Parts: sequence; C-alpha cells; structure tokens
Amino acid sequence: MNVLEVRGLTKSFGGLVAVNDVSFDLGQGEFLALIGPNGAGKTTCFNMVNGYLRPDRGAVRLNGEDLIGVRPRDIVRKGVGRTFQITRTFLSMTVIENIQMALISHHGRMFDMLSRATRLYRDEAEALLRLVSMADQAERACSELAYGDLKRLELAVALAPDPTLLLMDEPTAGMAPSERVALMELTAKIVADRGVSVLFTEHDMDVVFAHAHRILVLNRGGLIAEGTGEDIRGNALVQEVYLGGGTSFGQAEADHA
Amino acid sequence: MGFYVAQLLTGLANASSLFLIACGLSIIFGVTRIVNFAHGSFYMVGAYLAYSIVALFPGSILGFWGGVIAAALIVGLLGLVVEMTILRRIYRAPELFQLVATFGVVLIIQDMAQAIWGAEDKLGPRAPGLSSAVRIMGEPIPEYDLALILIGPAVLAGIWLLFHRTRWGVLVRAATQDREMVGALGVNQAWLFSATFVLGAALAGLGGAIQIPRESVNLQMDLSVIGDAFVVVVIGGMGSVSGAFVAAVLISVLNAFAVLVYPQISIVLPFVVMAVVLIVRPYGLFGKEGSGHGAPTEPEQPLRLMSSRATLVLMALVFALAASPLVASDFASILLVDLMVATLFAVSLHFMMGLGGMVSFGHAAYFGVGAYGAAMAVSYLGLPMIPAMIVGPLAAAVAALFFGWFCVRLSGVYLAMLTLAAAQILWGVTFQSQEYTGGDDGIVGIWPASWATSDQAYFYVAFALCIGGIWFLRRVAHSPFGYGLRGVRDSDVRAEAIGMDVKFHQWMGFALAGTMAGLAGVVFAFSKGSVFPDVLGIGQSVDGLVMVLLGGIHALAGPILGAGVFVLIEDWVSRLDYWRFIFGMIILGVVLLAPDGVAGGVDRLMRALGLRREGQT
Repeated sequence: MNVLEVRGLTKSFGGLVAVNDVSFDLGQGEFLALIGPNGAGKTTCFNMVNGYLRPDRGAVRLNGEDLIGVRPRDIVRKGVGRTFQITRTFLSMTVIENIQMALISHHGRMFDMLSRATRLYRDEAEALLRLVSMADQAERACSELAYGDLKRLELAVALAPDPTLLLMDEPTAGMAPSERVALMELTAKIVADRGVSVLFTEHDMDVVFAHAHRILVLNRGGLIAEGTGEDIRGNALVQEVYLGGGTSFGQAEADHA
Repeated sequence: MGFYVAQLLTGLANASSLFLIACGLSIIFGVTRIVNFAHGSFYMVGAYLAYSIVALFPGSILGFWGGVIAAALIVGLLGLVVEMTILRRIYRAPELFQLVATFGVVLIIQDMAQAIWGAEDKLGPRAPGLSSAVRIMGEPIPEYDLALILIGPAVLAGIWLLFHRTRWGVLVRAATQDREMVGALGVNQAWLFSATFVLGAALAGLGGAIQIPRESVNLQMDLSVIGDAFVVVVIGGMGSVSGAFVAAVLISVLNAFAVLVYPQISIVLPFVVMAVVLIVRPYGLFGKEGSGHGAPTEPEQPLRLMSSRATLVLMALVFALAASPLVASDFASILLVDLMVATLFAVSLHFMMGLGGMVSFGHAAYFGVGAYGAAMAVSYLGLPMIPAMIVGPLAAAVAALFFGWFCVRLSGVYLAMLTLAAAQILWGVTFQSQEYTGGDDGIVGIWPASWATSDQAYFYVAFALCIGGIWFLRRVAHSPFGYGLRGVRDSDVRAEAIGMDVKFHQWMGFALAGTMAGLAGVVFAFSKGSVFPDVLGIGQSVDGLVMVLLGGIHALAGPILGAGVFVLIEDWVSRLDYWRFIFGMIILGVVLLAPDGVAGGVDRLMRALGLRREGQT
C-alpha cells in the first residue's frame, strides 16, 4: 500500500493558481524528489501535505487516512516528521535536549512538571545522535553548532518519533557542496535501513539524481513529468522548463545542475 | 443635541494632547524599539516648564505660545540628554532592558520636578486671547478647546510632511519597517535614534505644555498619562502616527460619551477598548506585523543543573534564612517576609517572561487577585487563614486562565500591552467596586490565625509558602513542561513540528505563573493585615519587571538576585529624602554597568576572576 496518496491537490492565492490538480503516490520506503524552478509550487504543495495550508480542492491520504483539515501537530502525531529549509531548533538547549524534547512530546509527557527533562529518554536520544554521527556533540549548546550540524540535528529530531513519512524541505539548502553529498548519503542510508518513506524538495540536481528513487517535476503549479532520473533527464518538456525558458532563473538552475 | 455636540468637542479637545504624547511614543518605539516609560515624565516636565515660562509674560499672547513652544524644545533637549547618556549605551542589551532604564529616568525626573517646582499642584493661566467661551448650538464651548481641536490635526499634518517630504522622514519610516536594513544601507543609526528621540520627547513636552490652561500641573501626571498613551499607541498600531491620531480621537470621544452613561467607566474604558481591538486586530488598527528585528541578542545558554558546591551554598542560605528569626529583630523578620514575597512574585514573573518569552506589564493583577481573594474570603466568608490561603491562589488561577487565554494569542509588545490592559481593568474594577472591595479604603483586618500572629510564627508560614513556591517553580523550569515553554519561546514552528500544542502550553504557563503570583499576594495580604487597590497597580507590575530585568532574565537565579537587591535597596533608600532620585540612579548604574543584569554581571565577574569556566551557567 502507498504511504502517501495525493489526489487533485489545488490551491490558489488570489488570482494565482499556485498548485493545480497535482496527484502522486509515495510508496513504502521510497525516496521521492519534488523539483521545479522557483515559483513552481513546491513549497505550497509541501505545506498542504503537512497541514500548514488547507487546499482549495483535492485529497491527501496517509496510509489511507484523510489528512485534509487535520492540524499540523496532529499530522506529526500520525507519524509524519519534517525538516525545514531554514533550520528550526531550540537554540537555548543542547543538542541532545533538542532530541529529548521531540521524544518527550512523542510520548505525551510535555505536561510533566516534576521529572527532570534532561534525564528522560536519554538512551533513545543518544542512539538517534549516533545515527547521524553526532554523539560526540551531545552536550554542546545548539546555538554554537555549524549549519551542517544543525541540519543533521534536525534530521535526528524528525526521526525521533519513528515516523513512517519524512517531509524534507530543501534539506541541503545553505550547505557546502561536500556536506550536501554527505547529508543526502546519510539520509538515503536511513531511508533504506528504517524503511522510512521520504518526500523532499531540492534545488541541487546532483543530490536529486544521485539519490531519488523517483522524481516529480512541477512547473507553474502543474505536474509536468514523473519518473526515474533517466526519464527526467531525457524528458523534452523538463529540458524546456529548465534550459529553454530563457529566464535567468532557469539558466541559473541549469548552471547549477 | 447641542449638549452632545459639546461632549463631542470636549472629546476632540482631549484627543489633541493625548495624540501628541502618543505619537511621540509611537515614533520612538517604531525606530528604536524602546518602550519608553519616561514618556509620561517628558509630558509632565513640558507642563511644568510651560507653567514657569508663561508666568514670565503674564497676559501676553506671544508669551503664552512662545512659552509653550519653548517648553517643548527644552523637553526635546532633555530627551537628547537621556538618549545620549543612557539609552545609546544599552541598545545592544536584551530587549526590554531599556525599559528598566527608562523607569529609572521616571524616578529621577519625579524627584527633580519636586525639588524644582515643589509638591503642590500648580494652576496655569488661561490662554490669553482664548480665555472665554463661545456658544455653539446653545452650549458654551471654551475657545481654547477649539484651538486644541485644531492643534492636533495641524501637528499630524506637520509630521506627515516631515515623514513624506524629507529624507530624514523617509529614513524614520524605513527604520520603523526594518531597522537592520537601514543600518546595512550605511545610515548612521546613532544619529537617527537621537533625532527620533528628540522629536518624540518634544512632542510629549508639547502635549504637556498645551494642557496647562485646562488642568493643574502635578507630580502624578507622568504615570497617570503613560497608561493611556500606551493604549493609544497600541490601538493605533505601534509606529503608526496616523493610527495614534485615530486611536486618540476614538478613545477620547468614546470616553466623553461613556461618562454620560456610566461615570465610573473612564478608568477602565481605554483598556477595554484596547483589549477588544487587540483581540480582533492583533497588531492594532494600522499596525503591521513589523520586523522582529530588534537588537541582535545573544542566544541563551542551556540550563544546567547546579553544581554540588552551588547547591550546598544555596542550602546554607536557605537554612540561614530559616534560622534567622532566632537572632533577627522583629523588624528584620518583617523585612525578610517582604523579601520572600517579592522573590516569589519575581520568580513567577520570570517563569512566564524568561522561560516562556511572554513579557507581562501587568503581572501585579494576579498578585492582587490572590491578595484580594484571600482578604475577601476572610472578610465576607469569614474563613480562617488556611482556607483563605487556598482561595487566594485559586482566584488568581481563574483570573490568569481567563486573561491568559486572550493574551497567548498575541506575542511580543502586543502581548505585554494586553497584560497591562487586563491588570488595569482589574484595578479599575477593584477601585470602583466600593461595596465589595472597599474601593480606595481597601480591606483591613486580615490577620493570620491566632497561632501565627507573632512575627516569628508568621515568618515560618511565609517561609514555607514562598520558599516552597520558588522551589516548585525552579523544579518546573527543569521539567518537560518548563523545557516546553522555553522551546516555544525559542521556535514556535519547531515546537509545533514536534507535535506540541503551542498556545495551550503557553496558556498553562501563563496560568501557573499567575497562580504563583497569587500565592505571593496571599502571603503579602496576611503579613500586612490589609489590601489596597495599588497591589494590582502599574507600580507593582513595574516593580516586578525591574526585579526580573535587574536580576538578569537569562538566568534562573536572576529574579532571586533581582528581588533581593531591589527590596534591600528600596528599604534602605526609602528612608532618605529624594529616595526616588537615588533609587533611579542606582537602577541606571546597574543598567549601564551590567547590561545583562545582576546575575550576568556576577557571572562575568566570576569568569574574569577565573572562578568559573566558560560555557557554564
């Protein structure tokens, strides 16, 4: 069965149709990329899946369960983890405390007023840190981490509640090229080991072609192509969008790839 | 009909002065992000100066208006002095720390005004040439009111031209939207801030100066006007001049008519209107979400459990406190009870402000509801001390749950202002419900149970409740709930993404802080034997803020140090002449020497002396 089913998703902002009739499936353990030039509707699409935006039309189903109208935090509780384009962490806490917070929330102990937060779920948190190779940084203040480490920390936080689906919005944005490769290799390995399904948006084509099992291409709100890296590379419409559009943005994307 | 027109005109005349002071406050906040408590003092000084200068030219039209303008200009200069000597040094301090500095200025100006002009009210002259009344639809309208009605829009037009037709004005508007960007474009921020402050102060001075023919000049003008000025700024939208004008007119005219229906309403009406506006439009009528860019703040360090040595020191202090009645005089025991009450109050405020990031300008509301809850339980229900001590915090919890539900829907300064509104509404209701609360006369005869009447015995009651409360709040700070509050403060987006119910969590944090403030209020009520409306007043709220910010908002020990320093200094200087001046100077000294508060100052001192390692807090 598909983990995620998206059917006829549509959203307009005023006169602009940001996402138009988008449908796709995400299979168990699949690593699915959502790409497209700037303004194609990737982020809008994403925010409808994770509950921050309510679509005008369409359906989003997680393991067969309808997600439309479900609040973001409840979607999280149904097993959807997420990372952000710009990292969002609790800067006044240590690395391991950030993960402990996710575990405390997952286990429904956020209103516990008497236990010491730093002593809860420590072993689990350490295991997650080892997973992203950050065990040696557990006690560092989050505010002093390098950006690449923050990205890895976010990944560990997102994995804490053992999600079935991981939504990653531009996971490598703002990172150095060598770090990008390392982070995506790590992510791909986790996907394979834990059987998590991942939907991610990405600008870096190296990352996309190297790791995605399947690629969706959005342009002007509509899905214009879907397939493996081979299919997408050979797709005339995609080449048109990325290379032939003549806009400076399209050019920049092409240079990038 | 004529009567209603007369009311309308009175309302519009009142609006002019209110607009002048509020728009100055709004401009200063927009550019510098300083919530300037001293703005009421500028208003008061403007009135006093105008009174003195105009008196030099009796009966001269030129002398009157020249005096009014001269007063405004001198207040502008005073603003420049305050900005350059104090505020400029602390723009990089944590936000709201400037607020403590401006409160120091309030105290200093109060005593200086008293030294110069004396404690009696001063009655200003009528404005020459405008001293009679004209009849409009049969009602006499003072000519001076008509002049005021013209002054407001004239100043608004002048500011509009200044902001839209001069380079400086464009910079001010740009800085209101994004101060960092303006700095990045190479604008000299220090100069821009000074000029803004001078303009804002001069407008406040003008607002005070034009009031002299209408009301007496007195030493209470500063704090009585600042509440209304905040309300107008917030209703209009912070940083919006035209918003301030609309809000000033709205409040003044509504007030002019509301007093016809219900004369007592004028105390609470502005705050009720503000609460309604904020709930419907969270950024005021003309306000925008504004860039959150204040001064870049240093990230807070993670909480650490105390080292075993620090724990030992703390335990020793608590034991010393517990043993103090054996050696201390009764007088010292009473002072120590005051100290413990203040500390619990400050710790509860720090809990929501420091950990929860919800700044409250009206935390005294819950302190006061706790105190009144217990007092009324004794005087009306005839309950003995212990049950009354349970009723008090419960009453505070109910009040905090009610007002907190609205407050957590906002954030930042707007949240702070809504807490202020809540406190003022409660204060007004308490003040006016003579038959239930005794109004201004308060409730007296709230004495402890017979076994606890001696100062020593009551000391131990207070000790158990206050130290217990402080211990509990510290414990919660280290618990998942306290960590959750900090998480929401650090990043509400992340908090939501790990599945937290952000608003509910803040609401519960607000309620817990209010309940514990109520507990402090209960201990206070029984130690004094009486309660008066000022326990819920702005003064009490500001005391709490000063304690928390003085102590250092980034450390759990901050409010404890802050309350200790505050109570001891206040006890010492309040016996001296001009104690406000001295106290204000001490506050400014701490602010300038230790911009991260007493706790931060102690921390840096320890590091400088090599007694503490880096990264440890």
